[in-house]
Amino acid sequence: MNQENSDHWLVRPKTIRGMWIGGSVLLALTVVLQLVVPIKGYFGVDGWFGFGAAFGFVACLLMVLVAKGLGYVLKRREDYYQDSEESS
Amino acid sequence: MTDLLSPALWMVLGALLIPVFRGHLRTAVLLGIPLLTLWSVWQVADGVSGTVTFLEYAIEPVEGSPVRRLFATVFAMMAFLGGLYAFKTAKWFELSAAYAYAAGAIGVCFAGDLITLFLYWELMALFSTVLVWCGGTPAARAAGIRYAIMHLLGGVILKVGIEGVVISTGSVQIVPMLATDFNTWMILIGILINAAAPPVSAWLSDAYPESSHTGSVFLSAFTTKTAVLALLMLFPGEQVLIWIGLYMIMYGIVFALLENDARRILAYSIVNQVGFMVCAIGIGTQMALNGAAAHAFAHIIYKALLFMSAGVVLYRTGKSRCTDLGGLFRTMPLTTIMGIIGALSISSFPLTSGFTTKTMISQAAVDEQLMVVYLLLTAASAGVFLHAGIKFPWFVFFQKDSGLRPKDAPWNMALAMGGCAFICILLGVAPGLIYQLLPYPVNYEPYSAYKVLFYLQLLLFSGLAFFILLPLMKRTETISLDTDWFWRRLGHAGWGVVERLMASVSDKAERAGAAAIDYGNYMARRYLSNPHAEDSLETSVFGRSWTIGTTALWITILLSGYTFAYYI
Repeated sequence: MNQENSDHWLVRPKTIRGMWIGGSVLLALTVVLQLVVPIKGYFGVDGWFGFGAAFGFVACLLMVLVAKGLGYVLKRREDYYQDSEESS
Repeated sequence: MTDLLSPALWMVLGALLIPVFRGHLRTAVLLGIPLLTLWSVWQVADGVSGTVTFLEYAIEPVEGSPVRRLFATVFAMMAFLGGLYAFKTAKWFELSAAYAYAAGAIGVCFAGDLITLFLYWELMALFSTVLVWCGGTPAARAAGIRYAIMHLLGGVILKVGIEGVVISTGSVQIVPMLATDFNTWMILIGILINAAAPPVSAWLSDAYPESSHTGSVFLSAFTTKTAVLALLMLFPGEQVLIWIGLYMIMYGIVFALLENDARRILAYSIVNQVGFMVCAIGIGTQMALNGAAAHAFAHIIYKALLFMSAGVVLYRTGKSRCTDLGGLFRTMPLTTIMGIIGALSISSFPLTSGFTTKTMISQAAVDEQLMVVYLLLTAASAGVFLHAGIKFPWFVFFQKDSGLRPKDAPWNMALAMGGCAFICILLGVAPGLIYQLLPYPVNYEPYSAYKVLFYLQLLLFSGLAFFILLPLMKRTETISLDTDWFWRRLGHAGWGVVERLMASVSDKAERAGAAAIDYGNYMARRYLSNPHAEDSLETSVFGRSWTIGTTALWITILLSGYTFAYYI
């Protein structure tokens, strides 16, 4: 309890829980609002209910997975280039 | 005569005066010169101001147009804000180089012909290299050399293209063209190298993060955006740019997601953002070109803001790797807020400059019925929020508590960041300010309820994805291989092989040479050595004493041979 109060209010578990709840409500709200403010789709699909939300989420998921996969191939230790460059 | 003087010359004067003065006078020069330049930029009338003839070519040092003025304006503003940010900590030679570099960028803006453009282009290459070197570390030195090689190579390719176009058309004028033959392709490639297009995008994320905390603010602004302006003037509607742009967008996102160094994340994100502009230029409609120009303006300011906040962190802590940082919001609230404003702007959140400018590019794709392009741009907008909008501030200012308790930004840096943040929000709230400066009349309303709602859905759910996928994005102390592997590793190894090959060849040649010389010496001793020397053993064939009879025999043989040869 003592530890919890001594840390910055932003990182206390209570605040973080509150932010997750508030965030979830906000997310739900942006989708539900679509019932009141119809989104004009330019190509049909992008006017579907919750398209923006789903598209944003799935796009990010794919990008993170692609990055993760590429990471296995491309990631190297930070000093990878050092041998070749120190000798030059 | 004054018509021929480009506003860039003010910046050159500034670069020359900075080393001369000290203290408050230098500060006055630093802050006054960009303002003078800005004033001068707005004195340039539309059209060509004057012509001089050089080698039978009509050189037009100053040509005005709305889009040229727009870019020159933001470059001058950036020199001012960068100068304000840097003047207390940067060395005089860094500031001087930065102003000469800005002069190059502004010079390109008003270049009326390809020759003038090329000269200012090289001025940029020269002094941006100095800025990279000002990082002061061995890594900065090496990166600066790679940077210089890349840009000199780009310059040569551009020059080849310019020469070709000048010979084939007889004109040095800057006119819209398409990449249809060798010459125009060379120009396009030369410009694209400066725009950090594939396959050489790696130069940007290699060099910029090695510069100092002040140098990167200048570097982020000029080179790539000058390339965007050059593309706008020379290759509007060149279709190949759509796909090059989209590639840059996706490349920037994926590599930024892999990256650990905060400033390198921002460098990858430059490639990503320039990709949006390149793609728009490829679409080439008035809406698209307006979008590219507006987005470049907004991007320069918010990217500088992001580099400034990362720069303050580097200045105060000496660190820029995400694995070393975290929890800085406790003692750096101002820098945190500024970083967040920059991050929201780059993510095109409503009420920021990113929203009012980048959405024009999406609108242009819609107008042209380019569904795939539109959907990719939209996905990329989500990805920008992911890699720059949340990742940057989260890993630098929040995530874990690194235990670091640095002081917040010095007043001048805070003021510079405040200025950038103010412009980001101003252009988001009052987009008319930038729309009236664009090259074509703007018929676009960014704020409609459904559009705002759509972007909020898109961005907030990207945010959700970030926090859900956070375990997958655990930072590791790594770098990512890029195409620069080909010259930093493969090329280096290849050069090693060549070097060893040459060494062994020269070794063999040397040994063979030594053997030949030995043999020559032996033969000389054997046949020619002097018999009357004291140590002579009278062994050499031609040096020996011969008996009269043998000599007479040889003379007979030689003379008969001669007679015989005479009659043949």
